[in-house]
Amino acid sequence: MDSAAAAAVAEAHRRDWGFVLAATARITRDLDAAEDCVQDAYAQALTAWADGVPAKPAAWLTVVARRRAMNLIRRRDTLSRKLPLLVGGATSPGPGDGDDTAADPIPDDRLRLIFTCCHPALATEARVALTLRLLCGLTTAEVARAFLVSEPTMAARITRAKKKIAAARIPYRVPPASELPDRLAAVLDVVHLLFTTGHTAPAGQQLQRRDLAERALDLARMLRHLLPGDPAVAGLLALILLTDARRHTRTTTDGQLVLLAEQDRTRWDRTEISEGLTLIRTALQQRPPTRYALMAAIAAVHAAAPRWEATDWHQITDLYDTLTQIWPSPVVALNRAIAIGEARGPQAGLAALDQLATEPQLAGYHYLPAARAEFLRRLHRTDDARLAYHEARLLADNPVEQDFLTRRLNELDS
Amino acid sequence: MAEYMVFIWDDEAAWANADPRTVEATQAAHEEFMARHAGALRGSNRLHTSDTATSMRHSADGGVAVSDGAFAETKEVIGGYYLIDAADLDEALRIAAQVPAPFGGVEVRPVWTTS
Repeated sequence: MDSAAAAAVAEAHRRDWGFVLAATARITRDLDAAEDCVQDAYAQALTAWADGVPAKPAAWLTVVARRRAMNLIRRRDTLSRKLPLLVGGATSPGPGDGDDTAADPIPDDRLRLIFTCCHPALATEARVALTLRLLCGLTTAEVARAFLVSEPTMAARITRAKKKIAAARIPYRVPPASELPDRLAAVLDVVHLLFTTGHTAPAGQQLQRRDLAERALDLARMLRHLLPGDPAVAGLLALILLTDARRHTRTTTDGQLVLLAEQDRTRWDRTEISEGLTLIRTALQQRPPTRYALMAAIAAVHAAAPRWEATDWHQITDLYDTLTQIWPSPVVALNRAIAIGEARGPQAGLAALDQLATEPQLAGYHYLPAARAEFLRRLHRTDDARLAYHEARLLADNPVEQDFLTRRLNELDS
Repeated sequence: MAEYMVFIWDDEAAWANADPRTVEATQAAHEEFMARHAGALRGSNRLHTSDTATSMRHSADGGVAVSDGAFAETKEVIGGYYLIDAADLDEALRIAAQVPAPFGGVEVRPVWTTS
């Protein structure tokens, strides 16, 4: 096999899978058939590109995949089908269809595809799985590994979701303006969930799953490209960039966890930070600001502080107050309590944390006892801190986080 | 177009104890719903309460066991239905969201059309 061609195909797989599939699904109006055609097009590229990689790989792949799709539907029309076809695929125009200019004859259907994959009538796990599979081109085995389920379980989940899309007629369409904000929020939640799963992996030996975090960043950039005027999209992309900028400093070279307070800020990714800061200005234009824009603004305050000690905790506390109003979640309340502790001292932080002690959604969440332990340690209540660290270590799933808590415990005793 | 069955699942105990004004208001809301969506409606009915239900379960040996009551023991039971026409699930959900169901909710199921 030609290695230059193989590398070009791998690159096109990573960058263009969603584009090619979305354009092909409009022809087949059937997701399984579209996947088969796209898979074939990539297989053909491996040999065809040995003689030279085309100038526009995505266009080449789309033309080949759509040609296969046309042949397929000609045959299919003579066969009876068990399930109905995607609705809205070939008929009703939607936003984005206006991009069909003469210079670029292939419409960008990725928005339709992601709105279908992230439809609220699908279970959250199915939305995530379909997005990774159809937009990012991950195999079922890769999606299964990302979410720590067996491959047959993931295959069944994906099959069931595709069957529901067809049988219940979940449309292949960008929602109308009246429904766009809610539907877009569901899409952004999927991308954010992917990012957080990659940023701190629920299990496995590594703290981060870079593959997932990078996919989430790619998807957020894609949404920004397709919906350039949307402040909610700008907010999520800003949040991902500003958080991702710290990726190299979150663990030591031997894989140990490094808290924000101790990270080497000179190694934060300044390119991602400045891109994130520019986006925040767009993101905060919307009133009230969206949840992700506020979270991004908090990340921006951290990014602006040259040292942990220079962090503007009062501003962060104010941002958490606003965030609590628009997104009253126990996890936000926990982060707000930590910010209060940093702004007004460990006693105030502890008091804020203790108000959350009976919150059912935080029972079993290791960051709550870990935060208590930290404030207790600063108050020199060593025995109480030890108990809280033990509790946090019992509840933490990620081994890198468990090791960190063990080190904190050992430091208390020394 | 496709057909969707909208099942109304509600809490019969809550209905039995409901304020008469609530019952009246809900009935009026159903009439208003039917008038608004006359074009999409293919059929609808309210059902008698689940204590009038008889369930029949087929066994592998070909027998049929008959028992008193609804099929599943749940707090909410099917109290009525609307059969509607819609272009896709989004349209079906927009219509179904307006079905009055103060003591429960609705379940939307695509109808398997045989043609």
